[in-house]
Amino acid sequence: MSFNPVIQSQETVDLLATSFAPALVMHRSRRDGRADPLWLQWTLTGVALFFLTIFIVIPLVNVFAQALAKGVAAYVAAISHPDALAAIWLTVVAAVVAVVLNVVFGTITAWAITKYEFRGKSLLISLVDLPFSVSPVISGLVFILLFGAQGYFGPWLQDNDIKIVFAVPGIILATVFVTFPFVARELIPLMREQGIQDEEAALSLGASGLRTFFRVTLPNVKWALLYGVLLTNARAMGEFGAVSVVSGHIRGETNTMPLHIEILYNEYQFMAAFAVASLLAFLALVTLVAKVVLEKRIARTTR
Amino acid sequence: MVSGILLLRRQPSVVPGFGITLGVSLTWLSLIILIPLAALFLKTTELSFERFVAIVTSPRTLHALELSFGLALAAAATNLVFGLIAVWVLVRYEFPARRMFDAVIDIPFALPTAVAGIALTNLYAENGWIGSLLAPLGIKVAFTQLGIFVALVFIGLPFVVRTVQPVLQDLEAELEEVAATLGASRWTTIRRVIFPTLVPALLTGFALAFARAVGEYGSVIFIAGNLPNVSEIAPLLIIIRLEEFRYADATAIAAVMLVASFILLLIINLLQRWSERRAGKR
Repeated sequence: MSFNPVIQSQETVDLLATSFAPALVMHRSRRDGRADPLWLQWTLTGVALFFLTIFIVIPLVNVFAQALAKGVAAYVAAISHPDALAAIWLTVVAAVVAVVLNVVFGTITAWAITKYEFRGKSLLISLVDLPFSVSPVISGLVFILLFGAQGYFGPWLQDNDIKIVFAVPGIILATVFVTFPFVARELIPLMREQGIQDEEAALSLGASGLRTFFRVTLPNVKWALLYGVLLTNARAMGEFGAVSVVSGHIRGETNTMPLHIEILYNEYQFMAAFAVASLLAFLALVTLVAKVVLEKRIARTTR
Repeated sequence: MVSGILLLRRQPSVVPGFGITLGVSLTWLSLIILIPLAALFLKTTELSFERFVAIVTSPRTLHALELSFGLALAAAATNLVFGLIAVWVLVRYEFPARRMFDAVIDIPFALPTAVAGIALTNLYAENGWIGSLLAPLGIKVAFTQLGIFVALVFIGLPFVVRTVQPVLQDLEAELEEVAATLGASRWTTIRRVIFPTLVPALLTGFALAFARAVGEYGSVIFIAGNLPNVSEIAPLLIIIRLEEFRYADATAIAAVMLVASFILLLIINLLQRWSERRAGKR
């Protein structure tokens, strides 16, 4: 029946391999030339999984194990301590402000970059990405240099009794700085791929620019925008270095969750530190699950 | 298809709002990113050149910079090797929990650095899960330079994997089959056909992991031990100088690091352009 004996024999080999090694089935290797020898598959898979387990899985598991080391009651007590609750509240506030500002301005930036042709566009894209390559510590330092007591606007702020550094506004500024690229970064590739035909059609039918944006552009990019929000939120809630520099570390007032974790840890309250950390680790897991779901939806909208 | 052809004939700027959206973008960018970064360089110019050189070449600063750059390089190289193996396994093989391990790669992106920091420190401390296994062998990880290396490997891994993975996925099966048909051994095919295609992405991933590791703070300071001239990284030294109100010192070190990251960013951009051109040619 078969016109191709080579392929048939390869299938037999695959079948044999499968029956001898049920756990490790060769993937997309029905054809000659692409299949690695079985011993190599086993070795490489072993090395990769060992590396990933040691470096990523175990640290994550450890967070939850240490958090629950003294039982559920101690865990609940640690995360409902007034200082912990104040830190959670401040973290949420900073994240919400950062998300809202970056959604508004990130969307406008992505629109300007993808809907028009102009000179210097690639420079603008690089500038949007800039915060990614700046050390978190430096991201905080620049705001001390601007608004600190010895900073450029320091004396003026003091005269007018406005506190930015070592207070909540500084924390928010640093958070907005480090999360600046996420929304625009997620939107730009998708909006570029989608082009401007849809907008042109809406405009030619008489819709206004704003109406076109809300009724045509926004529905087209909603999943990518949500993904950008997700990444912005995760980074905002977890930011440590930049916020640490501008916070002043006042308990119950200017401590975010990561800073509270640091204080607890340095006071040898390890279990409490891990309890607060487990909340952020849980957020990270939720973010990852949502990422997998959203990426599928985004892939569908790009077609 | 039809709308695509029509689009080519049309004038591109029928969408309104160019002036206002670009204006708002540039204003926001200037306020949040450009002016603050410019302030750093402006502050640096207030130092005399001799003073700047004296700060940057002081033994403690030099050691911190060497440590940050050296260990970042070592960690990025480690991630290059194991990242490539991980990509190969995830793309080419089928095994139980493959999708779970694929998702797990992003954890260093998503997990806050302070959480990673205390988790790694606890693991590698002498009474920790891994530290207690290494202690009888005489290997100390926590509170040594090796600990910093471990933290930098953790945060850098996704950069290599997520840069190389799509390129290997898009690699056409025909290329390898042709090579095999023409008599190339599997090893020759990997060396002469697959590897050259992956090089731009590998270099980009390496540079991204390196750039991230150089400036890393949160995951490192818990595990580092932070001994001056031994295990004190450059970002930590900036914070120490700030807390001592030695703003000039903090600014000078930051300026050196920032220039280094700009150079890295430029290299990454060039690499990505090279990578895209490679992909376009195929």
